[in-house]
Amino acid sequence: MLKQYFIELLEKDKREDGRKPFEYRDVSVETGVIARANGSARVKIGNTEVLVGVKLDVGTPFPDGPESGILMVNAELLPLANPNFEFGPPSKDSVELSRVIDRGIRECHAIDLDKLCIKAKEKVWMVFVDIYPINDDGNLLDAGALGAIAALKTTVLPKYDEKEEKVIHKELTKTKLPLVHSPVMTTFGKIGNNKFADSTMREEKAIETRLSIVTTEDGNVSAMQKGGAGMFTADDVIELIEKSAELGKKLRKLVPSK
Amino acid sequence: MVEKIHIKDKDVIVPGTLLAEGLEYLPSGKAFRDGENIYSSTVGLISVKGRVIKVIPLAGKYAPKRGDVIIAKINGFGKFGWTCEIESPYKIDLNVGEISMNYVDLKNSKLADYFKISDYVFGEILDISESGYISLTAKRMPYRKLVGGNVIKVSPVKIPRIIGKQGSMIKILKDSSNCEILVGQNGLVWIKGNAENEAKVANAIKLIEQESHHSGLTEKVKAMLEGK
Amino acid sequence: MGGVGGPEKLIVNGKRLDGRKLNEMREMEIKVGVIPNADGSAMVTLGETKVICAVYGPKEVLPRRNLDSEKAFLNCVYGMASFSTSERNRPGPSRRSTEISKVIADALAPAIFMEKYAGLEITVIMEIINANAGTRTAAINAASVALADAGIEMRDLVCSVASGKADGQLMLDLFEPEDNFGEVDMPLAILPNTKQITLLQMDGMLTKAEAKKLIEMSMKACEQIYELQKKALKEKYGSEKESE
Repeated sequence: MLKQYFIELLEKDKREDGRKPFEYRDVSVETGVIARANGSARVKIGNTEVLVGVKLDVGTPFPDGPESGILMVNAELLPLANPNFEFGPPSKDSVELSRVIDRGIRECHAIDLDKLCIKAKEKVWMVFVDIYPINDDGNLLDAGALGAIAALKTTVLPKYDEKEEKVIHKELTKTKLPLVHSPVMTTFGKIGNNKFADSTMREEKAIETRLSIVTTEDGNVSAMQKGGAGMFTADDVIELIEKSAELGKKLRKLVPSK
Repeated sequence: MVEKIHIKDKDVIVPGTLLAEGLEYLPSGKAFRDGENIYSSTVGLISVKGRVIKVIPLAGKYAPKRGDVIIAKINGFGKFGWTCEIESPYKIDLNVGEISMNYVDLKNSKLADYFKISDYVFGEILDISESGYISLTAKRMPYRKLVGGNVIKVSPVKIPRIIGKQGSMIKILKDSSNCEILVGQNGLVWIKGNAENEAKVANAIKLIEQESHHSGLTEKVKAMLEGK
Repeated sequence: MGGVGGPEKLIVNGKRLDGRKLNEMREMEIKVGVIPNADGSAMVTLGETKVICAVYGPKEVLPRRNLDSEKAFLNCVYGMASFSTSERNRPGPSRRSTEISKVIADALAPAIFMEKYAGLEITVIMEIINANAGTRTAAINAASVALADAGIEMRDLVCSVASGKADGQLMLDLFEPEDNFGEVDMPLAILPNTKQITLLQMDGMLTKAEAKKLIEMSMKACEQIYELQKKALKEKYGSEKESE
């Protein structure tokens, strides 16, 4: 019933809240909102609100990257934001959310992880990006991804005491996290043959399938993820890549530049 | 015995507020008596009529009462009917004898022929037993299965505003959209028309929900319905 | 408590390290209805401590083994976001957060008409977004307002504040250095209209006279907190008219 309703609207190029198919709701990005975090952001897309905090620590590198820093992206879907989320081990949704946002940042090497080595094979910086939805009205993916990049862009390294070999969390340096790219994610839904961007919670109930695309500032694609049990044609994908670069450009303007 | 009233008509109060002292005052709605005093148990609006101090709740989930007109959603099959959910934590039963004035023959048909899971029903709370068993009836007009259309959810506290004084607001919504609109006291509203008009009405209802306590609401709603 | 290192003095010239007087609370801000999906919600800021609370309920009890046929199952969950602390906090419950969840439930239950929700569940989720001591008291203040926002029937709101001793002096609302290096920390919660205590914890050592003084100091601060809670609720619900 709901699907039919949305299809009827989309065929007239309309969404329930009056938006055009590829129009985003009001988006706002605020950084530096959490004092304890090394970098933080609060993103609102319509009524969807997400908090992202970046915390740094020092640890041993992975054996396949002895001189590289470590990036870990984690989304916590607490029942705070949506009564259908459950406490307990990460759900499939939260794992997918974490991994897709991670891919978007990692694949284009947005963070120059090689600059995060303190002592080869022994000590490197670990960057933890934690994504906490506060209210879920759809499109947590884009809100989380935007928040992640905004938080990373404003992240400052804490002091590292080489002698004691520990991080002094309360003292900050003036060194910013080495960020070389600004990847932005846009997620598209499909109902019937109609594609649209930035779905609300109600639209997500009717969506058959979705495609998230991450583009960097030079218009290149750095990650893609299809979700849901429906299908896309090759033409769909090409069209959406184009749209993603366009929309991504607008969203990127909200992220603080160097 | 000191008789004192601490609030006045149309005040907005928080839970635990001392409303009045003295046994001659009578609590109503979400006002309760403790000893000689009357307090409010929820965030609410005060209505004082003589000695009766009533707290009209401004927040809270729907609590079913006999005779309430509601929109229920079928969520299961039982032996003699269906179970429904009504945006309230209570379970509601719809008995096969309450869906039609005619006899329903289950030997030659099955429950799913009449109502499937996720179907919506427009009905009335028939009975609430002492043990908490709540039953629904949909056999008399205008009660029925709702086919097609769009169901949206609003805070049950806002339903009177959506209906308006003597139905004035809902008339504006119906007239300007050519949609059928049914309002459940449990906070569900069914809208049926073409998709564009359904969306228009849904947005207007969201506006009423958000702006219910501001003045000039009727004008804003009219403007929204004409504009979009 | 009484850790190694830390500032030499916590009180200099009668003023605390953040400039406060001994019986002064940090600035508190309360906002109601911050999570549209929740039945009730609130955000409380106490100095740098920030907590967000969502209330869902009354609702069906799941899993069924939690069902209590005589009263509500009050499910309180206190958590700290990983970025809320100096060193990253691993997400998920800890022994500390489990205990705090329980004492918070015990602090809120007396205010709620629990019997009216027999067989049902009320879920209260409190997440600390930024921690600088006083987190459980801020969480209780937020939860109380969020419950009211959800329309849960209550006898009263619940107000909470911590007091304690540092550098030998009794003080109100300890912040981080005082909490870490002081001698006593005593969180307390009350029903403001009857002044009954629903939360009381203490660690450290106090004389009877000191304990009495701290309780009085906290009760007085709760009066201020009650005013802020009322104001926040009225900001959202105030000026409701029955009809236009």
